[in-house]
Amino acid sequence: MAENNSSLLDVHDLKLHFRASAGIVQAVDGVNFQLNRNEAVVVLGESGCGKTSLAKALLRLLPRNVAEYSGEVYLGGEELMGLTDEEYRKQIRWVRMSMVPQAAMNALNPVLRVGDQVAEPMMIHAGIKKEEALAQARDMFSRVGVSADFLHRYAFELSGGMRQRVAIAMSLVTLPDLVVLDEPTSALDVLTQANIFNLLKRIKKEFEVSFILITHDIATSSELADRVAVMYAGQIVEVGDAESFFSAPLHPYAQKLMASVPRLRGDQELEFIIGKPPSLIDLPTGCRFAARCPRRFEKCDQDPPVFDMGNRRIVKCWLYEGN
Amino acid sequence: MEALKRSFGEIRKYPSAVIGVIMILVLIGLAIYTVATIPYSEAIRLWRGGEDIWYSTPRNAFPVWTNWFTDVKQPETIVMFSEDNPDVTKEYTTTSSGKTDIKMSYTFDYTADDFPQELSLFFKTEYVAKEPFASITWETPDGRTIRVGDLAVSRKQTYRISQDEALVRRLGGEKPEVGLFADPESPDPENPQVLKGTYKINVSVLLFEDTGDASAEYVVFGEVFGWAGTDHRRRDLMLPLMWGAPIALLFGLLASAGISVLTMIISAIGGWYGGVVDGIIQRITEVNLTLPFLSILIMIGTFYSRSIWTILGATIVLSIFGAAIKTYRAIFLQIRESTYIEAARAYGASDMRIIFRYLIPRIIPLLIPGLVLGVPAFVFLEASLAVLGLGDPVLPTWGKIINDAWVNAALYNGYYYWILEPAVLLMITGLAFAMLGYSLDRIFNPRLRGL
Amino acid sequence: MAEILEKKLKDQDFSDTGALLQVKRLHVWFELRRFGFGHAGYVRAVDDVSFELKAGQAIAVVGESGCGKTSLMKTILGLNTPIKGDIIFDGMKLSELDRKGMMEYRSKIGFVQQDPYGALPPFMSIRSILDEPLIINGVKDPKERNERIRQVMEEVRLSPVDDFIEKFPHMLSGGQQQRVVIARAMILEPKLIVADEPVSMLDASVRVEILKLLENLQKSHNLAVIYITHDLSTVRYFSERIFVMYAGKVAEKAVVDEILNNPLHPYTEALLTATSEPDAANARIYKEVPPGEPPSLVNPPTGCNYHPRCPKIIEGLCDLEDPPEFEPVPNHLTLCWLHKDA
Ligand SMILES: Nc1ncnc2c1ncn2[C@@H]1O[C@H](COP(=O)(O)OP(=O)(O)OP(=O)(O)O)[C@@H](O)[C@H]1O
Ligand SMILES: Nc1ncnc2c1ncn2[C@@H]1O[C@H](COP(=O)(O)OP(=O)(O)OP(=O)(O)O)[C@@H](O)[C@H]1O
Ligand code: SF4
Ligand SMILES: [Mg+2]
Ligand SMILES: [Mg+2]
Repeated sequence: MAENNSSLLDVHDLKLHFRASAGIVQAVDGVNFQLNRNEAVVVLGESGCGKTSLAKALLRLLPRNVAEYSGEVYLGGEELMGLTDEEYRKQIRWVRMSMVPQAAMNALNPVLRVGDQVAEPMMIHAGIKKEEALAQARDMFSRVGVSADFLHRYAFELSGGMRQRVAIAMSLVTLPDLVVLDEPTSALDVLTQANIFNLLKRIKKEFEVSFILITHDIATSSELADRVAVMYAGQIVEVGDAESFFSAPLHPYAQKLMASVPRLRGDQELEFIIGKPPSLIDLPTGCRFAARCPRRFEKCDQDPPVFDMGNRRIVKCWLYEGN
Repeated sequence: MEALKRSFGEIRKYPSAVIGVIMILVLIGLAIYTVATIPYSEAIRLWRGGEDIWYSTPRNAFPVWTNWFTDVKQPETIVMFSEDNPDVTKEYTTTSSGKTDIKMSYTFDYTADDFPQELSLFFKTEYVAKEPFASITWETPDGRTIRVGDLAVSRKQTYRISQDEALVRRLGGEKPEVGLFADPESPDPENPQVLKGTYKINVSVLLFEDTGDASAEYVVFGEVFGWAGTDHRRRDLMLPLMWGAPIALLFGLLASAGISVLTMIISAIGGWYGGVVDGIIQRITEVNLTLPFLSILIMIGTFYSRSIWTILGATIVLSIFGAAIKTYRAIFLQIRESTYIEAARAYGASDMRIIFRYLIPRIIPLLIPGLVLGVPAFVFLEASLAVLGLGDPVLPTWGKIINDAWVNAALYNGYYYWILEPAVLLMITGLAFAMLGYSLDRIFNPRLRGL
Repeated sequence: MAEILEKKLKDQDFSDTGALLQVKRLHVWFELRRFGFGHAGYVRAVDDVSFELKAGQAIAVVGESGCGKTSLMKTILGLNTPIKGDIIFDGMKLSELDRKGMMEYRSKIGFVQQDPYGALPPFMSIRSILDEPLIINGVKDPKERNERIRQVMEEVRLSPVDDFIEKFPHMLSGGQQQRVVIARAMILEPKLIVADEPVSMLDASVRVEILKLLENLQKSHNLAVIYITHDLSTVRYFSERIFVMYAGKVAEKAVVDEILNNPLHPYTEALLTATSEPDAANARIYKEVPPGEPPSLVNPPTGCNYHPRCPKIIEGLCDLEDPPEFEPVPNHLTLCWLHKDA
């Protein structure tokens, strides 16, 4: 068993910028965070804040119009940014780090049987023969709660929840250390969502895998979170353990975000954040949230550094200077 | 509409589109200029006219620009009319016996390296009973005077100097167009050279009555003529080349626009109503797609009418139920399910309103590039039919020129300009619309960008 | 005795005195065809649904994907034709309307859709989008239309109006697009608004903005609202009653607090358990979720349509016989045999 508290992933100043006709899209702009083994971090953020781009940057799944891709990423102590694309593909992607892409359940290959699709990563990365890979796929299917009969079916013959399970199975077959889940449940029904989260919790225990769960759904994110990272306009503005975060978020944006979550019971008034996030092409120089922040003060015209609040909690906001 | 405007604004970013637009504008300019300067009836009269109209032009003359590429400069055509020409002097002398002698003297420079094709004088005279009498002499640059001939001239008389046997004899068996221009000191008398310089031809017309007049047009038929050359019927090719532009553009645009718009409306109706309506449209399309389009056009041209309007109508009718119906239909079936159309139904929009205000605008970005790209196809179609001899019998078109050239074995005879000129214009037209069309396709369908 | 009398009076309240909308035993079945013709069964998207709605009342229809929420709502809008049953809205009987009547009927119901971008024609400016319903419904005077457009844009707080009126949908944020959709639904001054998952595509914060806007409009215009959602956690901010739909049927109907605190139908219970609240403790527990998936709407199971998944099934009854509507608590109705003795 791997040590529970050893660091698995360390990200320093990760940047991924795209070239677009209107200018440079700073989708990931200096992201820092750290993740331990067998830990799940939730990356929370509004649509368009750069969550998917962060996932792409971590897995080096880059589009053609990249303007900048830099920073340091350590996986189990090994620096990844220095690897060539070929080395990265052979040693990292899907071997030690895999992904369930956004809308993966709709992205399954419609003309391949789902069993073959799950077996494929093993054949490519572990060089396993087809029969063996299929046997492992069958095993993986039972672990994610898909009947083995479904191995021979096509994606369109399965329900959304089943397809999502297949996509999760695909990310797990090579037994990676880290799986990035990009909005794994956002198109699913409540009951199916709950089922998938039950599954992810079990997998986390069984496989001792770490998760990066990307989502905009704060309520369901608590189902898996050990830690929470809040992303705003291309940057991570707060990271903390789930316990402290959900009870008392620090960053004004995170506070506002929490106040906007509808609750089943109780009658606290819902709040919303006036205005909209800045364009990632034309970012303000100071704190990126300043224009919408209810607690803004003079300092906020300058870009706040990341303040360490102890206990692996960091926040990027001038309010916490000197704490 | 705003969105369309914006998309068109983007054209500026595509050099090929800009070039395409410029070329199209030039073609349209040419078409407008042509129609304004040579009215339709005039164009038809000239195009259908025979020797009576085209008497003063050489037959199968190359365009003048061919001289730029050869060492031996071919003679241009010289046309001199006795009236209102500074290089022609005209004097009337009345003799004591009541006769009038009209002396017309044409001075011209001849600098070409080769001999002309023909020489002619076209007389017009006015008299009551007795035909006037003309005598013609020739003055060479080196001072020789040669008697050309004498003849009685009727009211309208053509004197083909080149065919005057007496003159041939007088010139020692040399053809007049050679003998008159030949340098007597040519090193090889078998192969005489042109004596370059200023020539003069004197025409004196004697009127035997006290009233009357005479005029004469003197023509040196060159081996080159105008910027376009001439065809086998002496017609200046400039006419069909210019008039081909408005006809080609009109045919191409009408056919392409008519087909695109009608196809779109039909498929929108089918896509919206679905069921039986759609079924009928689909079946008609399928049947139509199996019909041999060109063969039917040829049959119509051969047995019914070759009028451009008939052909245009037949082209449109045969093409509206084309393959595009299937493409558009697929798109309409998709758009039809859009939630904005559901919303429109919810606030009470009628079927027609939905088709024209909600369905069709969505497909216009697809339609416009298709329409532009369709233009050259129909221009070529019209030309091809003309080449096959099924062009409009009345109209001067590019295809018709190629057809004439073909029938008269132009390439065999070396008259390459005859085919080259209309072919180049056709290619320019095709290129212009293609360049614009493909750029528009990229602008309107951004998914294609970067390909 | 007194109770029965009271209940009778209540019933009359609903049926005769001023219910704005009455849905009576509505069946919306879609015919399945084999190869384009030949009957191959029905998709029972809405199967025997009845309810009433008073002017100014807001209800929420909650249920999972494919349970028939949209089909129900489209039928109310007059976009689907029911196979059985009828709808009476504002004195107009849907089944008896001619073309003109239908126009009037539709003009009195506003429609807010799920995907704001898809709901707006991309090639029209905001002005033309809002102009359309007015033109179609015979407002001839352009000045009058312009005034109404500006007024409704102010109401949905698309202001300053001049900043937005000439823009195109793609130039607006998701929240602003949804405001345009709401403005369009409001522009004919409807009595009823049907909102089909109006916030499910929006970000958390924008979601709250739009919910609040809808709530304000509902109050200030005394609008009846049918709010369709799959997210139980948003309903109490906005509606008085909840209808829980499962596989084409309304499994449970009650006021919001009743449903949340005293769910009677096992499916409602499951929904409530599965709905997450932001709480770190969630990560340490497994949720109890019924196994399986909703049944086919073409061949629904016999008996209660939830019985294949139900943990509380009464064997021999639930799997054989259709449960009727029970009312174990006044005004709290449910289709579940567990309450047969109430
Ligand atoms: N290949 C690309 N080229 C240019 N811009 C891009 C590209 N990919 C993403 N973007 C832009 O970068 C920004 C962040 O996109 P990203 O997909 O990472 O957001 P997200 O947080 O995942 O949003 P969502 O919740 O909607 O999935 C967006 O503004 C997006 O338009
Ligand atoms: N026009 C139609 N023809 C045939 N079947 C249909 C039609 N419209 C809907 N259905 C079917 O009826 C069922 C109910 O669909 P409906 O759209 O009402 O569900 P919903 O509750 O709105 O789901 P969602 O939450 O996914 O929007 C589905 O199984 C759907 O496939
Ligand atoms: S009727 Fe029976 S099967 Fe249906 S929900 Fe109630 S207990 Fe469960
Ligand atoms: Mg994303
Ligand atoms: Mg729906």
